[in-house]
Amino acid sequence: MASHTDAHGEHLDHAHASAGRYIQIAVILFALTALEVLLYEAIFGSLRESSGALATSLGPWFVELLLALSALKFFLVAAFYMHLKFDIKALTWVFSFSLGLATTVILSLFLLFWYNRGLWWMDGPW
Amino acid sequence: MATTALEHAPAYQRSTIVEWLTTVDHKKIGIMYGASAFIFFLIGGIEALIIRAQLATPNGTLVSAEMYNQLFTMHGTTMIFLAVMPLSAMFFNFFVPLLIGARDVAFPRLNAMSLWVFILGGIFLNASFLFAAAPNGGWFGYAPLSSRQYSPGMNMDFWAIGLQILGIASIAAGVNFFTTIINMRARGMTLMRMPIFVWMTLITQVLVLLSFPVITIALVMLTADRTFGSGFFVTAAGGDPMLWQHLFWVFGHPEVYILILPAFGIVSEVLPVFSRKPLFGYSAMVFSGAFIAFLGFGVWSHHMFATGMGPLADSFFSLATMLIAVPTGVKIFNWIGTVWGGSISLKTPMLFALGFIAMFIIGGLSGVMHSVAPADLQQTDTYFVVAHFHYVLFGGSIFALTAGAYYWWPKMFGRMLDEGLGKWHFWLSMIGFNVTFMPMHWVGLLGMPRRVYTYPEGLGFDLFNMVQTVGAFILALSILVFMWNVIRSWRGPADAPADPWGGATLEWSIPSPPQEFNFAEEPVVAEKDAFWAMKDAAGVDRFPEPGHVSGRGIHMPGPSWWPVVVAVGLLMFFVGLMVHRSWAFPFTPVSIAGFALMVFGVFKWAYEPVDAHAPQH
Amino acid sequence: MLTPRNIEEAAMTSAVLDHDAHPAPEAHHTSLPIDNRKLAMWTFIGSECLLFASLITTFLIYRDSSVGGPGPKDMFEVPLVTFGTAILLFSSFFVVMALDGAKNGNRKKLILWLSLTVMCGLFFVAMQVYEFNHFYHKGLGYSTNLFSSSFYTLTGFHGAHVAIGTVWLATLLKDAIKGRIPAEKAINLELSALYWHFVDVVWIIIFPVVYLMSLGR
Repeated sequence: MASHTDAHGEHLDHAHASAGRYIQIAVILFALTALEVLLYEAIFGSLRESSGALATSLGPWFVELLLALSALKFFLVAAFYMHLKFDIKALTWVFSFSLGLATTVILSLFLLFWYNRGLWWMDGPW
Repeated sequence: MATTALEHAPAYQRSTIVEWLTTVDHKKIGIMYGASAFIFFLIGGIEALIIRAQLATPNGTLVSAEMYNQLFTMHGTTMIFLAVMPLSAMFFNFFVPLLIGARDVAFPRLNAMSLWVFILGGIFLNASFLFAAAPNGGWFGYAPLSSRQYSPGMNMDFWAIGLQILGIASIAAGVNFFTTIINMRARGMTLMRMPIFVWMTLITQVLVLLSFPVITIALVMLTADRTFGSGFFVTAAGGDPMLWQHLFWVFGHPEVYILILPAFGIVSEVLPVFSRKPLFGYSAMVFSGAFIAFLGFGVWSHHMFATGMGPLADSFFSLATMLIAVPTGVKIFNWIGTVWGGSISLKTPMLFALGFIAMFIIGGLSGVMHSVAPADLQQTDTYFVVAHFHYVLFGGSIFALTAGAYYWWPKMFGRMLDEGLGKWHFWLSMIGFNVTFMPMHWVGLLGMPRRVYTYPEGLGFDLFNMVQTVGAFILALSILVFMWNVIRSWRGPADAPADPWGGATLEWSIPSPPQEFNFAEEPVVAEKDAFWAMKDAAGVDRFPEPGHVSGRGIHMPGPSWWPVVVAVGLLMFFVGLMVHRSWAFPFTPVSIAGFALMVFGVFKWAYEPVDAHAPQH
Repeated sequence: MLTPRNIEEAAMTSAVLDHDAHPAPEAHHTSLPIDNRKLAMWTFIGSECLLFASLITTFLIYRDSSVGGPGPKDMFEVPLVTFGTAILLFSSFFVVMALDGAKNGNRKKLILWLSLTVMCGLFFVAMQVYEFNHFYHKGLGYSTNLFSSSFYTLTGFHGAHVAIGTVWLATLLKDAIKGRIPAEKAINLELSALYWHFVDVVWIIIFPVVYLMSLGR
């Protein structure tokens, strides 16, 4: 924290990702999005007929799977496209603290509302 | 760094009004924050006096019930958003750059915009009185009371839209000061060497940044309900008023720490200087402040025990709230530890700081009483609660802000405030405050409800209320003494020394008032209490009076019209929202013109060279 | 609305431009090795997290609380939003490429990728206008029921962010064409790119949480 370096140049750029890495990330992001849509179609949408046992087994985990996939996408964009992986740690702290608080507020409001409506967490909004 | 002959001629002469309208100097902006906030403080105080006059005797007839609703709503809203927050902002603006050894804040024009948006928002809120439609639903605007159905007039539109305007000013200032403190400290000033006031400011900005967006969304939804006929908080449409309360208090509880943490910071600066001892337990003070703020996000529902959230939620929020007493207690013990064994000089700032500790302890104790849910059910909505939050907000925040005003006045204006009048001010405040608010505890426990415009005889409230009203006028007298003190010092000579108190921090190393660029040479800091350390190193008690130096070679940002233009555009946009009533055509010409002006201003601003009209050196 | 455009041009105030006395490294002194504007943008983004958290919470709590009127299943169409999502993801990729060009002083690359980004922004806004219009004609007005109000408020706020970002990027595109974004001013684009990615990640949450989960139940 105390190191007083000059901010004029981009010091941390030596660790910077290359265009090739950006393309890799883009491909992964698209694959994950496709997977999300595929998951929806397989369990609830047009592919339900043909997906059979797979849909039945994945069905109960739909929400969790979607949340995990989007969290992964979120992480990839923040880490690589927003350069958090290459920038000073302070930025990661600023963002993850806010994000953590935002998530906690969402979750605790859910708990409060669903508890109050006589539902338990997993019966919640999903 | 060159410090050569003085040649500081502006490129062209600007009139005083234009100079203050276009300034981006954090010191001028700070003074304007202080001046406007003090005017709003007086307005809020007059509202309080009318309230007290109405309640002096049973069956009071001074004001109507409707007028009373407007008075208590505006008193609360004004004191929180237009007095205590901007009075703190005055100190952030004037002193954070000085305390960290910087020449200005990170974004001087954004800073000017925050100021103007705040002033225009405050005028907007108070303009409601001209339409006899001041907000009347309480400072927390509980839905569905604040919905169109139960508040058909413009009253709550003024409130909901006014607070959105003020929120923009706060968030912009939050980004600015967070960046300034993190990134513009003098060389050698590590985070753990920062003056404690800077630490508390930093924590306050984090609270502002993370809590104001929540109220913004709640207010947008309330405005949508009122204007576009949506049903967010309308039970008939399936809306849940509990959502309003939750969103409001997710903001509202951090907000009360936004009001008190700067006060903690000021007191932590004043006590060491007037005890001639470093702050006791510096790092404990830092971490307890951060811990209070962090816990502040997890206790909001203790404002809602009476809504019946159920035993699980009540227990959780009770326990979390009680936990806050721990870091707060740490702070109080550290303040006492600071004073303990010091060579105490009972100047006015010190008196107010010591008064703060005593009053805040009382307010803190009744606060802990509220955290016990079953007890809270008895106390909620009674004068006991009113007593509690006035002990922490007046006995806490205002006492500390007054301590700060006396402490830093010579630095801000180059003039000392009179000690004799200061002592009158203190003792009248202390007596008036306690006579006003101490009886509220008892009258509250006797069951007198808040927010009722009168009460019948014979309930045991009569004497207490009369005493409270007398106290309120003593308190008002103390403010008059303060104003007289200010006028007197204004007429007197500007002869305050640079370091009148033997200060510990960097602002005392430069002339009073500081020159535009603050520091001729950027200071280098080797330990905390930097100025004390410098004096120790030199083996002196006081340095000789620093002379004014040339600003040659120092580049300061030039004045700019665009912050004030953007603020006016923003105000017009929101004023336009007041008059329309249909979703089909949501934006009136006023809104559209305001939006256009804002966009225009933002573009001109973005392309304006930073030193467009800077003095030529 | 606090637009990121409000974030100031430079941290000039701490600059001591004493050309003759000291060499350049003294010029821009900041405590952390990072530009003030970038730190401010991240701070603002942190603040925005809470804004969207409040909106998403409201939507999820109210989605099924409507009294009458259409619900998500009567409205949402997966292909359209998937298209919109893809557009935003594309644009995030485009803008990092544009930034790469800007940092390397490659103006052609910068202009090419930045134009593509701006086009994506326009496409997304158009998609949303079409979607809102389509829903409206299917009987979902802003105040029809709780689902509609909370849906339009959430996606409307997001859409406004996309629109602001598009205008911002378009302005920078104009600057780039005029040759006003040399490598040392790449920070100007970096700020808008950060904002743009944030708007994208918000959509990464909205797409599954608002659309897919509301349909798949």
